[in-house]
Amino acid sequence: MAPINFWVLDNFWAHLALFGIAIIAFVLLMVMVFIWFERRAFGPFQLRRGPNRASPWGALQPVADAIKVLLKEDIVPAVADKWVHFIAPIIGFLPVLLIFAVVPFHRGHGLLPDMNIGILYVVAISALGVVGVFMAGWASGNKYSLLGGMRVIAQMVSYEVPLVLSIISVVLVAGTLSMNGIVAAQEVPYFLLMPLGFIIFLIAAMAEINRGPFDLLEADSEIVAGFHIEYSGMKFAMFYLAEYGHALAMSAIAATLFFGGWKGPGDVYLGILWFLLKIFFIFFLLIWARVTFPRLRVDHLMGFGWKFLFPLALANVFIMAAEVIFWGGADGGVPWWVIFVNFPAAIALIYLWSRLFKFGGGRVDVTA
Amino acid sequence: MEPVPSVSLDMELKTEPFVLNMGPQHPSTHGVFRMRVTLDGEVVVGLEPVFGYLHRGIEKLAETRTYTQVIPLTDRLLYLSSMACNHAYVRSVEKLAGIKVPERGEYIRVIIDELMRISSHLMAVGFFLNDLGCSVYTPLLYMYREREKILDMFEMVCGQRLTYNYMRIGGVSNDVPEEFMPILKRFVAEMPHYIDEYEQLLAQNEILLARTKGVGILPRDLAINSSAAGPVLRASGVKWDIRKADPYSVYDRFDFEVPIGEVGDNYDRYRVRIMEMHQSLRILEQAMKQFPAGEANAKVPQFLRPPVGEAYGRVETPQGEMGFYLVSDNSIAPYRMHIRPPALLNLTALRDMVIGWKVADVIATFGSIDIAMGEVDR
Amino acid sequence: MTSRLDGSGLGLLKGMAMTFKHLLRPRITTQYPEERLTLSKRFRGYTMVWDRERCTGCATCAKSCPQGNIEIVTSKGADNAYVVEKFELDSGRCIFCGLCVESCPYDALFLGMEYECSSYRRGELVLSKEKLLYTPDKQRSAYARPKLEPALPRQTLLIEGDRGSKKR
Repeated sequence: MAPINFWVLDNFWAHLALFGIAIIAFVLLMVMVFIWFERRAFGPFQLRRGPNRASPWGALQPVADAIKVLLKEDIVPAVADKWVHFIAPIIGFLPVLLIFAVVPFHRGHGLLPDMNIGILYVVAISALGVVGVFMAGWASGNKYSLLGGMRVIAQMVSYEVPLVLSIISVVLVAGTLSMNGIVAAQEVPYFLLMPLGFIIFLIAAMAEINRGPFDLLEADSEIVAGFHIEYSGMKFAMFYLAEYGHALAMSAIAATLFFGGWKGPGDVYLGILWFLLKIFFIFFLLIWARVTFPRLRVDHLMGFGWKFLFPLALANVFIMAAEVIFWGGADGGVPWWVIFVNFPAAIALIYLWSRLFKFGGGRVDVTA
Repeated sequence: MEPVPSVSLDMELKTEPFVLNMGPQHPSTHGVFRMRVTLDGEVVVGLEPVFGYLHRGIEKLAETRTYTQVIPLTDRLLYLSSMACNHAYVRSVEKLAGIKVPERGEYIRVIIDELMRISSHLMAVGFFLNDLGCSVYTPLLYMYREREKILDMFEMVCGQRLTYNYMRIGGVSNDVPEEFMPILKRFVAEMPHYIDEYEQLLAQNEILLARTKGVGILPRDLAINSSAAGPVLRASGVKWDIRKADPYSVYDRFDFEVPIGEVGDNYDRYRVRIMEMHQSLRILEQAMKQFPAGEANAKVPQFLRPPVGEAYGRVETPQGEMGFYLVSDNSIAPYRMHIRPPALLNLTALRDMVIGWKVADVIATFGSIDIAMGEVDR
Repeated sequence: MTSRLDGSGLGLLKGMAMTFKHLLRPRITTQYPEERLTLSKRFRGYTMVWDRERCTGCATCAKSCPQGNIEIVTSKGADNAYVVEKFELDSGRCIFCGLCVESCPYDALFLGMEYECSSYRRGELVLSKEKLLYTPDKQRSAYARPKLEPALPRQTLLIEGDRGSKKR
């Protein structure tokens, strides 16, 4: 794609239209692939096969699901706030699409603009999805969905902090906010340079996209389905798409920030393949965590975010900043041998902080 | 449009309790249990259980059936441990009619009971972990694998996988087939390895420990006063097991321990079940060694007419003490049957266990009690 | 069990190692309907099989049925023997407890081995004696009939690593 020099790249509107459509197509297709991949991956984890009836390896299963969902009746509860109920899935889904505007799929290109504040844009946009989710929770007029909506606000706001702090350490080392610049600056993938930052980012991202052990807002064993309990048909599908789209976005950002994005051995045109491979690797980690862990409780979730991840993320920022100041070269990066400092430091910090930090308790005295 | 009411700033914020109806169609209420939970934010301030959605009048139905015909009804009480319910019932009928079961029959019953206990505890622990939010059922599906092996054995001896209808007055419906014993031996040899795997999967998991340790405490006194039984009682530190306290069948011939918990929290209930599985395997090993030859069944007339009188027979089901109180008027059907339901009585302590905890803990504590609605509502 | 490393995330990693181990294990599910399990020899399955030659019309099965589900009407034929005119059971109400088969003093009633028993109309579930009649192609279960046991195939058992064989 790099040498493409058609007129489309020069004409603003043509560029917008072409790549806008390309992004939407990419996201929708990849979401389907992700849904399929996750369900197929759950199979062997749980000693079963996963979907395998619709076409070979069940590859058309998401299509079948989509058709089923489209044909379903769209139910709006009588007590719902009709307009908010209608608009919530759209607001929930839109930010996911917007994130991909700045994700660099290939050398030198975000598909839409190569923004010089790319990562800042990502952080700002990805937090918008929570509004849609809360609108859904509130407008459904259901107590379960209200609980789910309340939970999501608290969770998203708290985990945004460690997420951004771990991104800051990346930005410190790379010396740029541009997504492309960050990829270009990675001679050594950053998950090796700052393992602590990567772990924190991964955990916070899991919480941010409400998956794995952090799926409190859905919590099907407690509050049934949380915010989308009153949604059916296409509106429900929008939330489903948003959930997996968000997972895709977070995997893409993690691949960009910590795994060197499109970088990889081989021809430069293989960039997009490397990128996809890395996305799938990160998504596999998310699936693995989801398949293993029980869910956290609300107060534990808050405690874990503020008392464990936040201090560690701060420590990580300080460590990386110090390394950039004292060992950094003229262009601001850190030498590769900080790996040998940072891995022990990460393990020691996690161990020491886990001595100080304790889960548990949480009983409230109630005079009933 | 309604006129906007004027608000004075010094007015106190008006709040009202948030009443949440959990159930009867809630995915985690193990059937059709319903709780009216009063919440303050996420904190539970009140809980009111509502029973009866699955009431089928089993005690009344039993009065219109012969003594043998009641056995299929008892399958439908604790449906995850029906063999134990069968045993509890036939034991009280045998007590009523004074029937002696041949030794081989008793050994078969003990073996089947202990297999049932392992299977039921696997499901109890699996669903408890599910309620804790292992959201894609991984531990549950691993436990289904071992349960499947046990169900294969049950299918081999009695031809069904859920409603066994296996125990008969004076024995069992069919003697075990030849291929049963080698399979059982293999199972007993393999099972400890799988239990260790569950331990590795979750016993040290920090999330699990945080979610269960100290949560949903049932104090010793309250456990005794609310007449709790089984693992729920033992987790609170009371060493009470019908197999030891009032040995029935041939349980007095086996060497096993009664594991107890310390605090009575969710974690202890989970641990007690895991340890009981080990003890059940111990019993199975000894029972296999002592397994006698001979007849499995006593001669019992098809339409049994026990002498006038009453009897109460109890066994230790995986959920606790289950007893059948039978009154006979010398006809072919019981005059009155009453069931002592372990799960219902354990459930009565739920309110005191969850007040002050979060919504998520209600579900977890509820799951740790291990109930079957078929028996709670009867 | 307690060690200094408790609570520092090691338990989480152990759990993840465990699930990864399972990822590499063979899968245990059976792909019904292509693969089928061989059922237990004593399987209490769909439809009774009724042997006209052996049945004397004593109606013990009807008396022992907890559901009151077996309807049997007899008349007096030659040699003072009963002739069964109607032998009918509603398999929609049957709980397959097997008490009728156990109680039959003449071994005239058997349980079947079928388990695919759905139908479009409830009326089709009511089985008359023609439908229940024993024919050599009907598989009979060995439940309470130990004589049939040797002829039946061995049950598939998960513990032996057997997950059903391809049939079609």
